[in-house]
Amino acid sequence: MKVKINGKTHDYRGDPSMPILWYLRDELSLTGTKYGCGMALCGACTVHLDGQAVRACMTPMSVAEGGTITTIEGLSENGDHPVQQAWAEHNVPQCGYCQSGQMMQAAALLAGNKNPGDADIDQAMAGNICRCGTYVRIRAAIKTAAEATS
Amino acid sequence: MNNTVEPVLNRRSFLKTAAGRAGLVIGVQLLPGCALPEDPTRTGKPAGQSWSPGVFVAIDETGTVTITCHRSEMGQQIRTSIAQIVADELEADWDKVVVAQATGDPKYGDQNTDGSRSVRRNLTRLRQAGAAARQLLEQAAAEQWQVAAGECKADLHVVVHQPSGRRLAYGDLVPAAAQLSLPAPETVILKSRRDWRYIGKGQTSVDMASVLQGRAIYGYDVQLPGMKVAVIARPPTLFGKAESVDRTAALEVAGVEQVVELPVLTPPAAFKALGGVAVVASNSWAAIRGREALVVDWNAGANADYDSRAYGEALLASAHRPGRPVRNEGDVDTALRGAAKKVKAEYYVPHLSQAPMEPPCATAQVTATTAEVWACTQTPQATRRSVAQALGFEEQQVTVNVTLLGGGFGRKSKPDFAVEAALLAREVGAPVKVMWTREDDIRNGYLHSVSAQCIEAGLDERGKAVAWKHCTVFPSISATFAQGTKSASAGEMRLGFVDNPFDIPNMRLENGEAEAHVRIGWLRAVANVYHAFATQSFACELAVAAGRDPKDYLLELIGAPRLVDLAAKGVEYDNYGDPIETYPIDTGRLANVVKIAAERADWSRPRPAGSGLGIAVHRSFLSYVATVVEVTVDAEGALTIPATYVAIDAGTVVNPEHVRAQCEGGSIYGLSCALGEITAKDGAIEQGNYNDFLVARMDEAPYKIDVHIVDSDAPPGGVGEPPTPPFAPALCNAIHAATGKRIRRLPIGNQLQA
Repeated sequence: MKVKINGKTHDYRGDPSMPILWYLRDELSLTGTKYGCGMALCGACTVHLDGQAVRACMTPMSVAEGGTITTIEGLSENGDHPVQQAWAEHNVPQCGYCQSGQMMQAAALLAGNKNPGDADIDQAMAGNICRCGTYVRIRAAIKTAAEATS
Repeated sequence: MNNTVEPVLNRRSFLKTAAGRAGLVIGVQLLPGCALPEDPTRTGKPAGQSWSPGVFVAIDETGTVTITCHRSEMGQQIRTSIAQIVADELEADWDKVVVAQATGDPKYGDQNTDGSRSVRRNLTRLRQAGAAARQLLEQAAAEQWQVAAGECKADLHVVVHQPSGRRLAYGDLVPAAAQLSLPAPETVILKSRRDWRYIGKGQTSVDMASVLQGRAIYGYDVQLPGMKVAVIARPPTLFGKAESVDRTAALEVAGVEQVVELPVLTPPAAFKALGGVAVVASNSWAAIRGREALVVDWNAGANADYDSRAYGEALLASAHRPGRPVRNEGDVDTALRGAAKKVKAEYYVPHLSQAPMEPPCATAQVTATTAEVWACTQTPQATRRSVAQALGFEEQQVTVNVTLLGGGFGRKSKPDFAVEAALLAREVGAPVKVMWTREDDIRNGYLHSVSAQCIEAGLDERGKAVAWKHCTVFPSISATFAQGTKSASAGEMRLGFVDNPFDIPNMRLENGEAEAHVRIGWLRAVANVYHAFATQSFACELAVAAGRDPKDYLLELIGAPRLVDLAAKGVEYDNYGDPIETYPIDTGRLANVVKIAAERADWSRPRPAGSGLGIAVHRSFLSYVATVVEVTVDAEGALTIPATYVAIDAGTVVNPEHVRAQCEGGSIYGLSCALGEITAKDGAIEQGNYNDFLVARMDEAPYKIDVHIVDSDAPPGGVGEPPTPPFAPALCNAIHAATGKRIRRLPIGNQLQA
């Protein structure tokens, strides 16, 4: 099975039911994508599959066949995606563990909505838990990133 | 800061770092009392224990300064704060500073990253470490120039000979400095506060870039050559054990290599492995699926009957009965009898799970004579000790590498997961990573204690409180370490209970007995969470009963500015391990944060129906925090939190940006304490993931959090925990203001819809 990850094509021959998360982490050492719940409840594992935000912990490899996956490591070449820049500007991360997923979710939101309002942000981000409680800064950073890209 | 430092990744990079650190290595020995007496930021009790010389600063010949952080990083940015402290006194160029993470070793002094004490216990000693290095460099330059040391002054990574203007860069001074001996601690001269370059500034986290690019390494991310992954089926009940195990289906899962039974846990639970059956596999997915396929017949053991609902009712009944007095002033019973009005209420806070985003995870490699562990641990020294005990090793045979922590909140102060990894690595003969799934974390954790409290107060004819009788009942954390403990420890009594700051002449505080049936452990702010909930909710109830404004009434309860002298009241109180003279219970500071938070919230402004403000204040971990929560509750009972206002007085602050973040996050953690609940039936936990253990999400969190940090040169207090306790009572007081409904039992659940 062919799958393109962060611009590079990989040939996957393992269990097609294995979630993408474990392929990324165990086999490709792309550990920026995190395990948080295993049930698509927390969003820590969010990656882009063909441009859409998906939960890697519940998405089997079979779904990714022929597809294109982007992880936090591939979101930008030099860590300068507008979302990453805005996250730095607002000092969003505390422990940082959920932030890959938060940024991937936010980047997908902004790709489809150049100027999200508070309700849009709530709807897009409510599936991403942050136990450190960085929500106020995430909201502010998304608005900054939106301004930077519009 | 252009900082390229990475946390300790694995054995290879660790060794490379250690071997590549040539040049000056400076250890600063700190002895009790060595801090300069006039130093206003002095913590008073430098290490809390005697400790050996430690290695905190290294400078190489390129001028790179490596600062070793001995505290665990779990989001509080302690790696950055420690670098700020040392770099400031060292007069280091921030761009030439890298941060290394210490392994668990007593040479650093205490490394147990809990109790909100990293800054308050280390500010002075780390300033001394930086200053000693600075003085050494100045001395080396003076000798090279053949001038008096007093004419040489360090200034941003160079030493300047002031009369001549000659300059030598730090890196160039390393060979000479390495030949000199370290100045004695008592001769070290600290910079004056007005010359601080980094302390008190909002330096960006040293880990920002690696976090934003997904390169930061947490416990879950450790990978070693030949490593196996283990997922463990643990007994659903505490002290349960596997009666029989059918491994067949598990071993049929592709990638599963072994099924290993762990030793049966015997009391006390402490930091020991919980027992159970491990599925060891070549990869994570196989281990998870193998565990699902495992068939285990459990013997539930002594806690088979634990039912948290019945237990909670029993705790509440107990809270209404007399308990062991822990503070008794005046004559409460007579004052209550003579009161013009009596008010009585009971409060209940359920078990909670810390539920950090990264569940516990540890990797171990064990040989016949050594063990090396990589873990997201808050307590590397206890991890080292626990692993050594489990393996029958001396501590010196065990190395504990500390990764970044994906949250901690007290869960990762218990290194049981590292013990599991060590036991399995020895059994398997290969490196083993033990991954806790979210279900493992919720079902097999160390729970925040369930608690019940009853408070009765008497008011005089003008509504002033004249009597306060308060009984608290909860299973003690001590029971985790001494099986059968039924009374709360002095350590728990001092968390917002015996240190009640209210100016009430007749006060009796009591503790009732309770038996533990699960592992009880620390959760952010610990007993302060439920003690502040009851005390601050009840303060508002008294205001309502007296027909007074809750903020004004709270200030009246706090009373005139004074230092509360608990020793004079015969109360056992250790003040979070720091001297009461240095960190008094100052009601003036307590009242001050109340006034600031209220003012910033525009407390008195008229409010529409369904909207309300609530206030609460609490001193914990030697800091003072007042919180005002604004809520709206619609006709269907849907709760929203438009704003929260936090005022904190934490004394001297090293990084205000991080303090602000802790106030925001601590508030949201406090909100989660009002939303979630862990229950048990037949001894087993009923929740398993974020679908049934609820934590605050973005659409439930405050839309805005305003933080005011009181400008202070008092000694530093704690920051990580103090913002959490006042939130839930302020929230429930706001709900009362908005709806007239009083929440006395958490979680809030559907109580607003009734």
